[in-house]
Amino acid sequence: MPLDSTQQNKRDFKVVGTRPLRPDGIDKVTGRAKFGADATAPGMLVGRILRSPHAHARIKKIDTSKAEKLAGVKAVVTRADFPDKTDGDAALYDVLYNIMARDKALYEGHAVAAVAAVDARTARDALKLIKIDYEVLPHVTDVDAAMKPGAPVLHNTIFTDGVEPKPKKPSNIVRRYEFGHGDVEAGFKKADIIVERTFKTEATHQGYIEPHACLANVGPDGQGELWVCTQGHFMVRDTCARLLGMDISKLRVTASEIGGGFGGKTTVFIEPVALALSRKANRPVKVVMSRDEVFKASGPTASTSIDVKIGVTKAGRITAADATLRYQGGAFAGSPVEFGAMSTFACYDLENVRAIGYDVVTNRPKQAAYRAPGAPMAAFAVESVIEELAHKVGMTGIDFRIKNAAREGTKSSYGPTYGPIGLLPTLERAKQHPHFQAPLGPNQGRGMACGFWFNFGGQTCVSLNVNIDGTVALSVGTPDIGGSRASMCLMAAEELGIPYDKVRAIVADTSSLGYNDVTDGSRTTFATGMATILAARDAIKKLTARAAQIWGIEPDAVTWEKGYAKPAGANAGNFPPLSIAEIAAQAGATGGPIAGHHEYSADGAGVSFATHICDAEVDPETGATKIVRYTVLQDAGKAVHPSYVEGQFQGGAVQGIGWALNEEYIYGKDGRLQNAGFLDYRIPVCSDLPMIDTVILEIPNPGHPYGVRGVGETSIVPPLATIANAVSAAAGVRLTSLPMSPPKILAALDRKAAAE
Amino acid sequence: MSNIHVRTKINGDVVEYVCEADETLLDVLRNRLGLTGAKEGCGTGDCGACSVTIDGRLTCSCLVLGAEADGSEIGTIEGMANGEQLHPLQRKFLEHAALQCGICTPGILVAAKALLEHNPKPTETEVRFGLAGNLCRCTGYDKIVRAVMDAAQEMRRA
Repeated sequence: MPLDSTQQNKRDFKVVGTRPLRPDGIDKVTGRAKFGADATAPGMLVGRILRSPHAHARIKKIDTSKAEKLAGVKAVVTRADFPDKTDGDAALYDVLYNIMARDKALYEGHAVAAVAAVDARTARDALKLIKIDYEVLPHVTDVDAAMKPGAPVLHNTIFTDGVEPKPKKPSNIVRRYEFGHGDVEAGFKKADIIVERTFKTEATHQGYIEPHACLANVGPDGQGELWVCTQGHFMVRDTCARLLGMDISKLRVTASEIGGGFGGKTTVFIEPVALALSRKANRPVKVVMSRDEVFKASGPTASTSIDVKIGVTKAGRITAADATLRYQGGAFAGSPVEFGAMSTFACYDLENVRAIGYDVVTNRPKQAAYRAPGAPMAAFAVESVIEELAHKVGMTGIDFRIKNAAREGTKSSYGPTYGPIGLLPTLERAKQHPHFQAPLGPNQGRGMACGFWFNFGGQTCVSLNVNIDGTVALSVGTPDIGGSRASMCLMAAEELGIPYDKVRAIVADTSSLGYNDVTDGSRTTFATGMATILAARDAIKKLTARAAQIWGIEPDAVTWEKGYAKPAGANAGNFPPLSIAEIAAQAGATGGPIAGHHEYSADGAGVSFATHICDAEVDPETGATKIVRYTVLQDAGKAVHPSYVEGQFQGGAVQGIGWALNEEYIYGKDGRLQNAGFLDYRIPVCSDLPMIDTVILEIPNPGHPYGVRGVGETSIVPPLATIANAVSAAAGVRLTSLPMSPPKILAALDRKAAAE
Repeated sequence: MSNIHVRTKINGDVVEYVCEADETLLDVLRNRLGLTGAKEGCGTGDCGACSVTIDGRLTCSCLVLGAEADGSEIGTIEGMANGEQLHPLQRKFLEHAALQCGICTPGILVAAKALLEHNPKPTETEVRFGLAGNLCRCTGYDKIVRAVMDAAQEMRRA
């Protein structure tokens, strides 16, 4: 999408870059904000889902007759209620299979039936009356085990794509990817030192505090409404309508306030089931997941196994970099290994580079996006090796990275050549940061790492209405997961030249606005923000035309300045400026309502880089790690609301701390998840952490009128490696497996002691 | 199963309700009384999103039965502001941008208020341990700790 070339990109801001209170703030501190589970409807039923206790089992028979006869049960649905309407769309068929098991249950927690009843007790009792005849099958949950010949095969339809010749036998390897350029074998021959290591990371969950929840209401006329906590209500509408054979226009979806998503709410789980129950019962049905269900049956991220090999000259220049990444993404195709492989070496300026990725299925819940999906694990592996190489050639980690860093003009490891990027500025700023000079205490180590994320644009539609008093109603279609309504109001106010509090932004339902892609890929402040700016410019055109009409002069003889229409110069005439309110008040007499719109596929999302620094203290007695200091330096392009940019930096870093030290999906030999709760799946709590210091750098993105880059995801890419480097420095031994839990650290210390 | 009649005070008002014997106070608040400010994040007392006070004591309402609340005084997020006037903690949370999605915010505010009632001058470490029962996944807690410390300082001046 080309920007209006008559408009210079803005550098001088009045309201963008300030820190006003968010418009949804009062509701959120008083308990009034309505989240997914907070809605009710007259005659509402309670929906509950029955889930497979087996990791892998053929479903021979489902008998719901007793449940249907229980007093108070109004509907029961099974696979029989979800006929295949996917018309050859393999990805959509996987969604259908995931929301309700078909011939097999593919993971513990896979939905197999659902009921709607007058209350929760009756619904629970009804689930117990459903009889399922399972034939339990061998299962596999580990990525490396799933790739071995002889492993239990989940789907007889998967024949590895991307290899020649195409295999004749089905396996769990969905696809092989390869990215890179140059000749890595030749590059390694030029190397003086080569480090090669294998890394493992465990699956983690996004851990949003709000479980999935929705309220469905479908009438006998086939019209439906759905209230749901989601990152993309247009996606929910389109997916549910297609799965259930409804016209898209007949399903209206409203996004509730959303209690965290981090990528985990970018697909559907309970929504089609709630709609099917409602349609069958002809009553509103509310379905809310328990935390146990969230862990077992939503979409955690991939577990991985990664080999990295990097060669350098004695002078510290990388000659070749090679990686093989194996990611399991649960029971269906689509682990984030493609993004992982593309981003693996994105921070470096490399002549010879290759990254090979394998997408693997296992008997685990189908993964969903988690903040920069696929990238943190790859960065963990690469940045660990980079740190080791730096020390081997006698350089500091930071100087080694500066020497090899990608910069403007570098051909990236995944193809495109970089424009202006912020990696070197974050490194140089990190080097000057007081954190780097601070002394370390006993048993403490310092680590650093860099991270990269692509960022995304996507389909976006914004409507900006000028009210008769000159205030502005802004309708966007991207759910606000971290303060984006405040950022939209700031950008509209900046463009229109009116105060921030004169703009009110809402997230419109699917019947009130055109299609919008999901809030993902760090795209909202960038893409919805740019659409807001362009909608405001559209409104300004109309406002100046109305002023011209009132004055009886040509529209192009009117300019817009600080919220007022003014004659463009002395030749245009001598008229006192007209405010937005004065023009709006006369709208009825000058042609009707005044509104600006913008609909587009946003292009030009600038890539984003960060450098993190961490001090970790390892207790040699217990193996426990404490993060004592943490600093995030990241390029935001332009920070629209700096407080919420800092919040994204801090939140991503802390999710990374959890991933590095504590969090993991633990499976028993029976293929069942052993820690499906916040007691045993321990996310960081307040007392685990120090303050998270932030430095916002602003290297403008040429693809956005204000220079904005997405900031939400990059912040989780460096922490795994940053902490691994800090812990390895503190322990005096290289840690290559996440999470770095106390038993693993103790074992590494024992190995070190045995070797000495 | 017969229902149990309960008489309580919630946020200063006398409230009577009937509930099932095994129904949690959280479900009573949310489903019977329309007080949806307390959230269910886990149902097992691990996340603190359902925090309320019972007779002044900070409690996870998902771990208490509705029937047990008979005769007690319950404080919820809905009673924290004094009419139009926000509690200093609520105001400081907004000023410090101490919330992103906001789902944990009611529970954290109730917990922070209980903390400051017991300890009006907490250190950073005391704030961190005082809020260790409340999970927040968005913020990394930095701005929350700052907001609580700032509110405590303002409340001491008042």
